[in-house]
Amino acid sequence: MAQSIAVTADQGHDEEHHHHKQTFVTKYIFSTDHKMIAKQYLITGLIMGAIGIAMSVLMRLQLANPGEPNMVFEALLGKWAPDGVMDPNMYLALVTIHGTIMVFFVLTAGLSGTFSNFLIPLQIGARDMASGFMNMVSYWLFFLSAAIMIGSLFVELGPAAAGWTIYPPLSALPEAMGGSGLGMTLWLVSMAIFIASSLLGSLNYIVTVINLRTKGMSMTRLPLTIWAFFVTAIIGVVSFPVLFAAALLLIMDRSFGTSFFLSDIYIKGEVLAHQGGSPVLFEHLFWFLGHPEVYIVLLPALGITSEIIATNSRKPIFGYRAMIASILAIAFLSTIVWGHHMFVSGMNPFLGSVFTFTTLLIAIPSAVKSFNYITTLWKGNLQMNPGMLFSIGLVSTFITGGLTGIILGDSTLDINVHDTYFVVAHFHLVMGISALYGLFAGVYHWFPKMFNRMMNKNLGYVHFWLTAIGAYGVFFPMHFVGMAGLPRRYYTNTNFPYFDDLADTNKLITYFAVATAFAQLFFVYNFVKSIFFGKKAPANPWKSNTLEWTTGDTHIHGNWAGPIPTVYRWPYDYSKVNEEGEYVIAGQDYAPQHIPMQDGEEEMNH
Amino acid sequence: MDTTVATTGTEGQKWGGASKPLNVSYGKMMMWFFILSDALTFTGFLAAYGFSRFKFIEEWPIADEVFNHFPFLHGTDAPMFYVALMTFILIGSSVTMVLAVDAGHHMNKKKVSLYMLLTIIGGLIFVGSQAWEWKNFIAGEYGAVKTKGGKILQFLDVKTGERVALNEFVEVGPRDVDTYGNSEGIWYTTSGEYNATYTIEEVKKGFVDNPNVTIRTQQLVVNEETGASEKLVLSREDALVKLNKDAVGVVEGANLTENEYGAPLFADFFFFITGFHGFHVFSGVIFNLIIFFNVLLGTYEKRRSYEMVEKVGLYWHFVDLVWVFVFTFFYLV
Repeated sequence: MAQSIAVTADQGHDEEHHHHKQTFVTKYIFSTDHKMIAKQYLITGLIMGAIGIAMSVLMRLQLANPGEPNMVFEALLGKWAPDGVMDPNMYLALVTIHGTIMVFFVLTAGLSGTFSNFLIPLQIGARDMASGFMNMVSYWLFFLSAAIMIGSLFVELGPAAAGWTIYPPLSALPEAMGGSGLGMTLWLVSMAIFIASSLLGSLNYIVTVINLRTKGMSMTRLPLTIWAFFVTAIIGVVSFPVLFAAALLLIMDRSFGTSFFLSDIYIKGEVLAHQGGSPVLFEHLFWFLGHPEVYIVLLPALGITSEIIATNSRKPIFGYRAMIASILAIAFLSTIVWGHHMFVSGMNPFLGSVFTFTTLLIAIPSAVKSFNYITTLWKGNLQMNPGMLFSIGLVSTFITGGLTGIILGDSTLDINVHDTYFVVAHFHLVMGISALYGLFAGVYHWFPKMFNRMMNKNLGYVHFWLTAIGAYGVFFPMHFVGMAGLPRRYYTNTNFPYFDDLADTNKLITYFAVATAFAQLFFVYNFVKSIFFGKKAPANPWKSNTLEWTTGDTHIHGNWAGPIPTVYRWPYDYSKVNEEGEYVIAGQDYAPQHIPMQDGEEEMNH
Repeated sequence: MDTTVATTGTEGQKWGGASKPLNVSYGKMMMWFFILSDALTFTGFLAAYGFSRFKFIEEWPIADEVFNHFPFLHGTDAPMFYVALMTFILIGSSVTMVLAVDAGHHMNKKKVSLYMLLTIIGGLIFVGSQAWEWKNFIAGEYGAVKTKGGKILQFLDVKTGERVALNEFVEVGPRDVDTYGNSEGIWYTTSGEYNATYTIEEVKKGFVDNPNVTIRTQQLVVNEETGASEKLVLSREDALVKLNKDAVGVVEGANLTENEYGAPLFADFFFFITGFHGFHVFSGVIFNLIIFFNVLLGTYEKRRSYEMVEKVGLYWHFVDLVWVFVFTFFYLV
């Protein structure tokens, strides 16, 4: 019995000669290879992430010393920081673009785009995505939308400044404020292109998982990563078009004089012709996307950690089918809870209680997942690799952030902390930091597969601990600041003596934020250096079961040089023993998916 | 590997891998999921429409009064006749599309191209009809008066209860624009009054002079006899008071800010949703044309498969289905 991991690597060398000679352009730029597209997504996403995080640092600097000159502002913001004092409009623009970039460009495209592209074909045993061409178009549309979003930072009246939720009328009336002009138009154009990109990507992910699984790869033998990406793609296909609908109606209101979201508005003493529309309608349409979007961001991270925690605990994932069921339950529930973002919008309070009910239901599948992670870790032979640390970090922030979600999901409790830093703390922990940890975990775990080199472990540890301490240092105090009533999105709080007590805490948060942002440089250094100078990676560095580790170390378009491996078992046969109490494969505590059942071995009844 | 053939344990299972569990190619499945996505975009629009209509349940126009034109039957009240015809044509084009797909299964190039052509013609007729519907809606028919609160007052014959057009009782007086003359060309920079055929003062005067005209408001009242909801018709005295007190402007036809039939939002939604749907039909026609020429060139004959016809067929049926919903919510209910 062949126990070597790269079981097929030495077969079919002659096939390689058939590969077309690739030029630089077809290999690195307009590539149709899912692995290259994944790397393009990753690097674009990381660059956008750097920009998004830098913006948050600027906001924190402003909040620590409100209205005071700062040479950083002067250097980076130019005319938006006269004499080094940040312009209030710029603060709002930073809030807006930080949110947009982090939610869409980093945690949707950067996370799901990277790992769906990279792992779906490799883990299900396919040569590539169903349509490599559409996959390429998807990336380049994403790139275009990112370029437009960044470009909007440089328009004369400033970028969009209506918050990432772009509520009308602020976003609908070009004359409302500087950022509502060309900046907002570019924002909408960028998002429309982004939605098209996301749609093309999602269609590919879905049909690839349905049609291209290798022999023996039944749906209940899929790694949980694939389940998460698959379901994520479905929610994307269902919810993004509704944002598209809202964006189109908003464009009509802005540019063509309709009144879908506008009514009874006076500007400079003059009544506008708009009559009859409703901004609450926009909120409904927006949050019908907006809430599933949270899970589009989070589910891939949860899938990635499921895989990493099982591998690094050397144990089967606890409750495989429960994990799948909770992914499906979360996906379904995510589409019927959007009203909890609108409790104080003037929505019918009875409707609010209905949304409270559906919202609190999400606690059930979320708790199932949390407990399954903990139970998988329990008594495991824990391998504390950086990817594993970030996965455990995700479980931690998912729980701390999730618990405050129970408070915010309840309409009666929410009213008290609505629009305060309590909310900021909640969603940053539960979706922002959690998803970022998932992203980092994925990068540390699959870096050897992507670049055939290892990342430096020690730098990974430094990165994790500084990030973990820093992230809690930023967001934990925010709960208290929020409960004290500090409103979010304010440029300064010095006008309210009531908040003077909180000024020191705000300073503390800023110190943590700056430190955490700088800690990311360890990652950047590690990432870039390891691509070129990292230690050569073994074929299966984490002794993992899934198919991507069977390709050998040559990257070819088509993934396996020989035939595609056949799958005989689920992906979580870690530390599996036979009746004699011996590992089913002598001398190794894992049985990869392409290894047939051994004599006398029972298939796990998962 | 082992000499014995290992079994995967999923042999014969539909979802066991290395199979197409739904029996469709990836391309067709992508079309299905795209349709799901596009359906949700339309759902967003129609939900927004419902939300707004519920808010303006009284002011919402009566579809039978808006869409009652038929080509060559000027002045005849033909509610829903034309939209029924164009819907029939669109559904007919779906039928020819089905026939084209079927002919494709039989690899009958001649029939595929014939039915594709018929489908394209049906689609073009529909888009053209859509333009005609817009034109009638924009032009309006009777004209109305708008109040300070943005409501619409329409005119009825006291005896017959039928609608009376503004031109039947209002006389056009002299216009300032004439004193300027065409060459000076500044009249259009001044707003409002000069663009309308009638001024509000002329309408008021015409109303006073014609005792057999009264006003219908948008307020819904229950008819004691029939139990149905009807729009409130004012008595002549009340109408005079209302007109003199509240009326501020004349509305002819519909545009994005005014609508002689009722709530302006109706016009916004009508233009946007039927426009968005019309855009879908138009792009469908373009796709069909591309595929049609490919059929003529024998591309699919060489490929031994007419699946591309099926894919555009799916899209075409979807666009038809969307029209059924748009038609239902704008015209029927």
